[in-house]
Amino acid sequence: MRLPNRSAAIAGMVLTLGSAAAIFLGSHGLRDFDPALTGYAIGALMAAFAVGYRFLIWAQRPPARMYFKRGLELVFRPAGAAALAEKAPRQSMPLPHGAGTLGYALARNFVAQEFIRRRGGLRWIMHLCLSGGCTLAFAITFPLVFGWIHFESFADNAEMYRVAAFGVNVDSFSVHSFKAFVMFNLLNISALLVLVGLVLAAFRRLTDPGERATQSFAEDIVPLLLILAVTATGLALTVSYKFLAGRDHAIWAIVHMVSVVSLLLYIPFGKLFHMFQRTCSLCVSRYKRVGATGLRAHCRRCGEDYTSAMHVADLKTVLDELGFDYRFSGPQGEVHYQDICPACRRGLLALNQGRTIGR
Amino acid sequence: MNTAFQGNEFFLDPSRCIGCKACVQACAECGTHRGQSMIHLEYVHRATGVQTAPVVCMHCEDPTCARVCPADAIKQDDHGIVHSAAKPRCVACSNCVIACPFGVPKMKVELDLMMKCDMCYDRTSVGKKPMCATVCPSGALYYGPRETIGNLRRETPVNEFQFGRQTVRTKVNIMTAPDVKALPFEVLDFLPWEGKDFDPFELSRPGAPDAASAAVWDDAGLGPRCSGNCTCH
Repeated sequence: MRLPNRSAAIAGMVLTLGSAAAIFLGSHGLRDFDPALTGYAIGALMAAFAVGYRFLIWAQRPPARMYFKRGLELVFRPAGAAALAEKAPRQSMPLPHGAGTLGYALARNFVAQEFIRRRGGLRWIMHLCLSGGCTLAFAITFPLVFGWIHFESFADNAEMYRVAAFGVNVDSFSVHSFKAFVMFNLLNISALLVLVGLVLAAFRRLTDPGERATQSFAEDIVPLLLILAVTATGLALTVSYKFLAGRDHAIWAIVHMVSVVSLLLYIPFGKLFHMFQRTCSLCVSRYKRVGATGLRAHCRRCGEDYTSAMHVADLKTVLDELGFDYRFSGPQGEVHYQDICPACRRGLLALNQGRTIGR
Repeated sequence: MNTAFQGNEFFLDPSRCIGCKACVQACAECGTHRGQSMIHLEYVHRATGVQTAPVVCMHCEDPTCARVCPADAIKQDDHGIVHSAAKPRCVACSNCVIACPFGVPKMKVELDLMMKCDMCYDRTSVGKKPMCATVCPSGALYYGPRETIGNLRRETPVNEFQFGRQTVRTKVNIMTAPDVKALPFEVLDFLPWEGKDFDPFELSRPGAPDAASAAVWDDAGLGPRCSGNCTCH
């Protein structure tokens, strides 16, 4: 029997206890905590454990660990970066370091998702709708569920609402104001955004020959169904209290909670975990920038510059950790296959095959 | 899905390649390739000869590309097909490009995405032939039953390669001499300049592409020859 991974379990516990502490402190010792939302809070804490556990399991694998290690070294220790890039002249290190580069990468890759636009316009709009709608919805519901933000009417005027964040009054508005309309309907707006994204995703998955051939129900369809369930049941709550005088509201509330908790618990185990895995791309973009100006690797067969020397050295380490040994030795000496460029490897396949059949 | 492959296998014989590039054109038409050609048509030594060799993904049983992927983006399915990187996960690090022993994955810089030969999965999964094998006029790329190719060729197929100390088994077969059980791979014999008074960088084409950031044979992807921050100058 495989024992649970200790550091991953610790990471999961830390994230869960941290979230629990944030709920307790942020809700003024649970005074602002809404008991009706307890199910959501418990679901969020369970998901926090699973996300922490899964993240560490993933980040401990040799290739991911190497990028996180190098990423942190290169961002926080510019001097160390020079050493990593081996003999690279200090003045050639790209500037700015750290926050500037990180902020740019965050804005470009996580907010604007520019790389998806290059993969396809419709695909980009679909992803912006899905990720934007879900982020907006979580940005509203998590603070409400955790008791960080709560609304209450004035004691002397039921038509005036007060907004308290972390127990401090930050705003007040009339229930008839435009601001109230927007605030009370933000979740519906996010649901509509998500619905647009879901329709576009469904269109792609039904019509694109490439997607139809390679998609799988568990990996690609289940997350869309879970998001659809959350969106549809959330909108059903609005329909119930706005147009049906609250009919079946209690049932829809339970169904909605079950769908949200299911989605939260699915995140660490399926496709949606990519939202956490993409943090690795920040390390990779930094790694590539440093590698581009540092010492380069030249193919031992053709002499061409094919990647950074740091990349080749790190991959040799990763391959060793994974149990691959691509070292050749003979009377002429030794060579690691990582020192041969991909183009020469393709040529060598033909040369070796030709040799065995005498051509 | 139950029509997949139907006892057909892929057989590669680079020695039969005539360099017509029909496979390169056909490859781009595959549904899963989205207009991108995934096959490599390699000039074995451009400076001294016209020999060409097509290289498709060999679909390793234990794919090195998938194992070195930091983002779990490369998946092998139940049929043993190793697919292009999953779009949500690929972080465009090029680990797979540099680690693949056959030099197969391509980093599509403009898409921030690794794409590779997936044996035309949209076709083979419903019982059709891959595009390249459909159009290859010389039989360098053959897809069909093992018995048929056994009757047609002197060479016999193997799917095991010995890269130095590393044994690699693949789904795709390569044609070799009848007595060969695993294709022995030699590198040191093909390093013409090592140990001799010869400058390897004379072989370097000015403006050669960086394998980690461009499609290797694609002239449009040409970058600067060298950063200058190395020992080659």
